[in-house]
Amino acid sequence: MTGALLIGFAAGVMAGMLGVGGGVLFVPALVVFLDVGQVDAEATSLLAIVPVALVGAWRQHGYGHVRVREAVALGMLAAGGAVVGVVVANNISERGLEVGFAALTLFVAGQMVRRALGEGREGRG
Amino acid sequence: MPRGRWPKLLAIGTAAGVFSGMFGVGGGTVIVPLLILWFGYGEREATGTSLAAIAIIAAVAAGAQGAYGNVDVEKGLLIGLPAIGGVLAGTWLQQRVRTRTISLLFAALLVAVAVDLLIP
Repeated sequence: MTGALLIGFAAGVMAGMLGVGGGVLFVPALVVFLDVGQVDAEATSLLAIVPVALVGAWRQHGYGHVRVREAVALGMLAAGGAVVGVVVANNISERGLEVGFAALTLFVAGQMVRRALGEGREGRG
Repeated sequence: MPRGRWPKLLAIGTAAGVFSGMFGVGGGTVIVPLLILWFGYGEREATGTSLAAIAIIAAVAAGAQGAYGNVDVEKGLLIGLPAIGGVLAGTWLQQRVRTRTISLLFAALLVAVAVDLLIP
């Protein structure tokens, strides 16, 4: 119970710092500390993300860091894309997808580091 | 928003949705780096805009999962409520660190996600 509260708080800090939902921490916290099965944990994590993302977006909007129209467009497009993703995942080899996505993720991580270190100056916002 | 941005926006939104549907990886890991690398957003703008988009994505997805009876509301609140305190602290802290630090922390998160995907 205490573990779940602490990880929940940590997931929120990560969400605020990095602009993600926090599901990366919510899902294992639900499985390990609150005895929820994997599938239900992923679903329940989505519910927990909603208020976190709303509050984070509200704070960032106060700081002038939310482009509202683009955010709404992205959110609606992604909601449609998620349905496609579920269908794809159920029809082709999952292992190949995982390895492919992992490689892509590592490539993007490299790009982020290169940009952060190579620029040698502060970004604009 | 300039007209030429729509195709990119369409690509990012769709990719974020497809990946989150396939892997349960939240849209943020896709949206934030692409807004930075492809749209030239600053780190804080990218993360703020991503959070707003995620609120919509998660609400739709949670509604769909709820219809299947997979959502445990009580336990969701148990981890979600402390996370609201966390996100207030996180956004406050984010205004006070260098943008380079945000990018490097994000890269570390991406590596962790990749490792998690590679472990069978």
